[in-house]
This record gives sequence, structure tokens and C-alpha cells, in this order.
Amino acid sequence: MKRNRITECNEWFLARFPLTKLWNEHMAHYYAPKNFNFWYFFGSLALLVLVNQILTGIFLTMNYKPDAKLAFDSVEYIMRDVNWGWLIRYMHSTGSSAFFIVVYLHMFRGLLYGSFKHPRELIWIFGMLLFVALMAEAFMGYLLPWGQMSYWGAQVIISLFSAIPVVGDELSLWLRGDYVVSDATLNRFFAFHVIAVPLALVMLVFLHIVALHEVGSNNPDGIEIKDSKDPWGHPVDGIPFHPYYTVKDLVGVGVFMLFFATVIFYMPEMGGYFLEPANFIPADPMKTPEHIAPVWYFTPFYAILRAIPDKFAGVIGMGGAIVVLFLLPWLDRSPVKSIRYRGGIYKKALVLFVISFIALGYLGTQPATPTATIVARFFTAIYFGFFLLMPLYTRWEKTKPVPKRLTSVHSLEEQLPALIEEITQIKPGSTEIGHPAFKSSFFAIRPNPKGIKNLISRLAKNVKGSLD
Amino acid sequence: MKNLTALLLLLSLSFGVVASEGIQLQEANIDLSNNVSLQRGAKHFVTYCLGCHSIKHIRYLRIALDVDVDPKKVLKDIAPEGANIYDQMHSAMNAHDAEKWFGTQPPDLSLIARSRGADWLYSYLKSYYIDPKSPRGVNNLVFEDTAMPNPLWQLQGEQYAEPRKNIWGHEYTNLVLKEPGTLSEGEFEIFVNDLVNFLVYVGEPVQIERQRIGKYVIFFILMFIVLAYLLKKEYWKNIH
Amino acid sequence: MNNEGVDQSKRQFLTSALTVVGAVGTGYLAVPFLAQMQPSAKAMAAGAPVEVDISKMEPGQLIRVAWRGKPVWILNRTPQVLETLPTLDNELRDPLSLESIQPDSSKNPVRSIKPEVFVAVGLCTHLGCSPTFRPEIAPNDLGDNWKGGFFCPCHGSWFDLAGRVYRGVPAPTNLEIPPYRYITDTQLIIGESTEEESV
Repeated sequence: MKRNRITECNEWFLARFPLTKLWNEHMAHYYAPKNFNFWYFFGSLALLVLVNQILTGIFLTMNYKPDAKLAFDSVEYIMRDVNWGWLIRYMHSTGSSAFFIVVYLHMFRGLLYGSFKHPRELIWIFGMLLFVALMAEAFMGYLLPWGQMSYWGAQVIISLFSAIPVVGDELSLWLRGDYVVSDATLNRFFAFHVIAVPLALVMLVFLHIVALHEVGSNNPDGIEIKDSKDPWGHPVDGIPFHPYYTVKDLVGVGVFMLFFATVIFYMPEMGGYFLEPANFIPADPMKTPEHIAPVWYFTPFYAILRAIPDKFAGVIGMGGAIVVLFLLPWLDRSPVKSIRYRGGIYKKALVLFVISFIALGYLGTQPATPTATIVARFFTAIYFGFFLLMPLYTRWEKTKPVPKRLTSVHSLEEQLPALIEEITQIKPGSTEIGHPAFKSSFFAIRPNPKGIKNLISRLAKNVKGSLD
Repeated sequence: MKNLTALLLLLSLSFGVVASEGIQLQEANIDLSNNVSLQRGAKHFVTYCLGCHSIKHIRYLRIALDVDVDPKKVLKDIAPEGANIYDQMHSAMNAHDAEKWFGTQPPDLSLIARSRGADWLYSYLKSYYIDPKSPRGVNNLVFEDTAMPNPLWQLQGEQYAEPRKNIWGHEYTNLVLKEPGTLSEGEFEIFVNDLVNFLVYVGEPVQIERQRIGKYVIFFILMFIVLAYLLKKEYWKNIH
Repeated sequence: MNNEGVDQSKRQFLTSALTVVGAVGTGYLAVPFLAQMQPSAKAMAAGAPVEVDISKMEPGQLIRVAWRGKPVWILNRTPQVLETLPTLDNELRDPLSLESIQPDSSKNPVRSIKPEVFVAVGLCTHLGCSPTFRPEIAPNDLGDNWKGGFFCPCHGSWFDLAGRVYRGVPAPTNLEIPPYRYITDTQLIIGESTEEESV
């Protein structure tokens, strides 16, 4: 009798809402390529971090005061007087850095396997809009603690707009709502940070996923699994997202949480990168800190800004570094998607790009000495070279033949037992000591120099071979 | 490619030189589980610092609970006369007088250990020296022309600066104690260390608690990972 | 993708184990979020016990002090009032305060430690309005039955001068008596009933 009631309720609901249909379309009958590797964890992780940011953000808002006189103290109030406030605040501050780590890796995945190429250009555009919204969200959120770095960082970034000819000064005045960054600025940034931009983020995530599920996921081989279907119309190389990728992503979630918790509980400042020392001093409009730098996730773009000697050109360069990413689907003229079948030039270009991005990120955190500026110019040139020369080198380079079906690569976890066997040896002549029940060869295992040498030379050969 | 590597190497070296400029800081011995040191530090702070500097983000009750002292004892031994156990640690001096006397307001020190670091504080408090050229008569090696007079000079005694050269010919300044204070050098080091230890605690009172909870959280997550991995393996057995 | 050789019981077991661990983890994670909505250390500091000097109170006078942000009344009751109180018992819902909140030291017919000094939280037990103090007998607006007491204007609840609720009004119980004790004869501390509770 009771069971019937529940069934009736379910039926009542399902007759009015397409829950089963939605679930099937996006989970149980959404066919994803079966060869997703490490790089495919970061999409679901980005979603997890977004949920974390929204939840912790809501609870922080309950005690935070968006007022220039009260903001700094209210953050310390959260850290000390509010029950568990410190945990929620650290989850939020670590979450913002984690968001960028995950998103940068997610974008890099796109570069590796050509996930931005036809027919997925729109997914990439939505993704880039997400990235821009995320940067706006992070920038405005960073003002809220109202420390020295918050204040002067915002002052510098808003002043960038004043470089725009004719309307620049008026524009930056309008953005601030005052002649300097002030209470008015803090209050409007709060409004944008807690509701306007998060709403945009959530909507863009929705669009990003809808567009993805319309054309289907790319994969490390960069081929369309929909091209070969079985008699029932399912892609032969596809597996339902649920349960296969839900259980796999759960492992990713676990590992991510491990790193996330380690930072929160043992190194919430992350050596001054996640929470900067100067931001523990309340904002003082009369005194600039000796060295100001944006938070680490903005430093590559900040380094590009500083590398260009002209104010307006610098702003254009910084904006251009982001705009050029939007154009990626049309800059790349290669007939293949995945890096596995591209020629050596793209691989080398990508390596150089990654090096320059990291180097720019490092330089952006350092004081702008003359040497550092010259180095930053060099890497800025590589950064733009990667994109702007792409139409040339991707068209010319010789690509490898693309297979019709997904290829299988042994994952590290499958290779591991063999690898361990290769690089270890049993200590010769080891006698069993102690109780026979414990006689195991585990304690007699020693590293095998010959095996390790073999492994390293094979690895080096592989790396060299894969770059051609 | 080789040239590029050489260039990078050269650059990293030049950055290294830039970074090593400035005073070598002395290392403070921070141990937040040492309640006795924290209690002494709290007492020192109230006696020598609270006159001018507030630490308004912490309450006496919080100190009593964290450092494991009876709240009544905190009121009797540590807090100044007339303080309530729920009070935040405000300074008795008003900001207007301070501005007149020192030319600047003594900052609140709740977060000083997080903005400056423990080693900086420790070195700073030990690096005052007699400087006839300075308007105050004293100066500081770590923080030149600091507005704060040395609050601990009676304990430490009088130090003088002497220029020296190291074996590579770099010039540096050495501080020599000429007029001993009421504490011996070893006692003074412990005194300053206790004070800095207390300030590190005040910077983030939850530190010990957070590290304690962290262990359980990480253990729990590891358990989750193992189960999730086994489940994944079970489901993926047939996917080739 | 075939289902050959699938160990259903192992799947089932691992799925349930992971669900349990996940649910427990979510539960633990929810605790900080729920607990952060509890009063903070600042609210607790503001809600600390308050000391009141009653040496200058006139007979019949009522003073109000704030404890935990709530109005607390201290009323100096005259001998006439104390004589009237027992005569009202039949009109009251809970004359012996069996269902009402008060510390043990005030669980008596006059609901106070010393009969003449009455201490109570000045919030109606119905929906939390603060009743008005109406010591006069049989005023025009309240009628002849009014023997002096507290009247809640929000929904018309009646209380006598021991904070006891009348029958037939919306308030369910007598006014709450906060924990309090005497430090000296004329010094009250509101918010703790024994010395051990104090810090």
C-alpha cells in the first residue's frame, strides 16, 4: 500500500516533468568515447569547484560587510569569531585558485586534442566566455577583503581602462564611481561578485554543456565516434556516460579533494600565492605596497602588459592575449585534431607556448627589472607567435594518418606492475628471517640500476620520437 | 635550443642575485603547541606592547581556551586591570595622542605575523641600535628609520652598529652589545621568541586546530578514493 | 561492452560502501555550514551576563536592562502587590509555573529569589512582543478585572505581576525568568544562576 503511494507520486511527477528523458539524454544514454585519459577529469572538476564557490560564497556573505570601514574587519571576524568561518573562507580562497588551475588544465586539454575544432567551435567560444567571466569574478572578489593588495590591485587594473583613447578617463571614473577605488567601488564589486557574474557563469556552464552534448565529446584520438555505429545506432567506441564516467570522475573528485584539503588544512596561504602577505594589511589609500602583483592566475597576462612599453599598446596586448584565444578554431588549419596525428611543428610550438605561459606567469609575480622586462618581451613574442603563425605552420606540416576507430593505449595503472618488475630486483642471497608467515620478498626488493637505465633511455627515445 | 637553455640559466642566476639582496633574517623558533611559551608571550605583549598596539581581533577568552589557562587566571595574570574576559584586546592609548607622539598611528598587530612573517618580527625586535644621526637616537637594521622606539631596550641593553666585511668583500653591518640590559643575551632571545610565538598564534588562532582536523579529513578522503577506485575498476573491467 | 562475468554482488557492495562513505562525508561537511549560522563569539560576548545595581530602586519601580539583546525587567514589588498575587491563582493557566521556564531558584509562587524583586525576560511567550507594564488597578481600557500586571498589545495576552499568564489569552506559558543571582544584597547578575557558571 505504501509502496503504491510512492509509485503514484513518482508517476504524477514524471507525467509533468521530463526527468527520465533528461537523465537519459545527458547521463545514461549520452555516449562518450571510451578512451578518455587524465586530461578529461578537469571538466567535471571545474563544475565541482563552481559548486564549492557558490556554496561557500553564500555562507560568507552572511557575515561579510561590503563597506570600506568594515570589510577588512569582517573578514577577520569570519576567520575568528564565526563558528567554522575559517574553514568556509579557506575553502573559498583556495577554491578560487583551484578553479583557475582546473580551468587552465581543461583549456590545455583542448589544445592537445583539438577539442576547439569543427564541429566544436561554439563549445570553445562558450568556454572562452566562461573564462572571461571567471576572470571578472575573481578580480572583483579579490577586492572584497579590502587589504592592501586588494585595493592597489583594483586601482591598477581599473586604471588600465584609462589607457583607452578619448573615453578612457571617463570610463575608469564610471567603473570606480569615485576618483579613486573607494567604498562605492567595493559596494558595486560586491554586487557583481555575489550575484551578477555568478548568474552569468551558471548560464554559460549550461550553454557549454548543452552545446557539448549536441555534438558529442571529442577524444584523445580526435576522431568522431558517431561515424561508426553498431546496429542499434550506438557509437561502437562509445560508452554511456553513466555509470562509466560517473564512477571514473568520482575517482578524480576524490584525488582532487585530497589536494584541496591538504592546501586548506596545511598551507592555506600556499607560500603567499593563494593569500598574499600584503593583503593582511588593511587597505590604505595613502600608501602603495613596495611590490604589487596580481594573484598568480593573472600574472601571465600582467607580464604581457608590462612587457609592452606603451600604456595603450600594453592594454591592447593584454586584451589581445585573451581575444586571440577566441579565434583559435579559425587559426588552426590542420586537417587533424589530436596532437597524436599532428606533425612535429605543432608539438614543438605547443611546448614553447606552455613554457612561455609559465615563464610569463612567473615574471608577472616578480619586480619588473630591465632584464625581466626583456625576457618577458621574448616570451610575449612566443605567446603571440604560437597563435598568429598557426595558420601557416598547421597548414604546411605533414600529418599522420588518422585511424577510423579509437586506438587503445595502455594506461599507467596497467603498465605499473611490469614497470616495477623492471626497475627492481630481489636482493640476492636474502635469507628469510622471522616467522614463516611473514616471509615475503617485499623487504628484499632493491632498485635495479640496469632496469632504471633502460627505462630512462626508452622514455627519452619516446619523448624525442613523439615530438617529430 | 642549447642557446635558449643557456639564456634561461643565465637569467635565473641574475634573478637569484637580486633576490638575495637585503638583510639576512634570523630564524624564530615557532612552536604553537608550547602553551607555556605562548602564555609568557601573551604576558610580555600586555606589559610591553599593548600600551600602544592593540590586537583587536582576539578576545581574552579565546586565548584562555586555546592556550589552556583558566579564564580567571588570564584576567588576573595576563589582562590589564579592569578587562572583561569577553573583551577584544584593545590598546588603552587613543589614536589622536599616538599620531601626535609618533607621527603615525601604531598599527594593530593582530595580523602582523601573517603580513611580515615570524622571522622578520624576531629579527626586527633584536636589531635596534644606537644611532646618533637618527632624530630618535636609535635606529633599526631590519626596518630603517622605524617610527617605533625600542620598547625592550632596558631588557636587551644598548647595541651599536659596526661595519664589517665578509670574506668575499661584501660589506655588512654587525650589531654589538656594549651596555648589557637586565636580561642576558640568551634570556632576551627566549623573551623575543615567546613574544613572536604569541603573535604568530594571534595571527591565526585556529592553526593548531586546523592541522588536527586536517588529518581526519585526509584519512577520510583516502578511504573515499580507494572505494571509488575499486568501483571504477569493477565497472571498467569489460571496457577494452 | 558485454555484461559477461560481471560480479553483481561486488558492484552492489562497492556502490553501497561508496554511498555510505559519501553520505557520511557530506554529513560532516554540512556541520560547519550549519554551525556557522549559530551565534558567533561576538554574539556570545555581547550576550555575556550583565550586572545590575538595584540599590536605588523605588518600591513599584520597573527598570529594563538588555541581556542577549532581550529586554529584562526588574520590578520592585510592593507588599500590596505580593498580597494580591495568591488571590489570582484561579484565573491563571499555570499558577505554579509547572510548564514554564525559570531557574529552580525562582520556581515558587512569586517566581523570584527575593519576593519583592521580580526579574523576567520581557518578551511575550506567544510571539515575542514586549508586553507593557500596567501596574494600575482596573484602568478604563483593560476593565475591572485588571489587578495590575503586564499586557501584551500585539495579541492581548495578560500576565500578572509575577509574569503568570491568565486563562483565555493566546500566550501559552508564563513569562520566562532568566538565570540570575545576587552578588551582594543590591547587586544582581543576570545570565548565570550559580558562581560556577561564571568565568
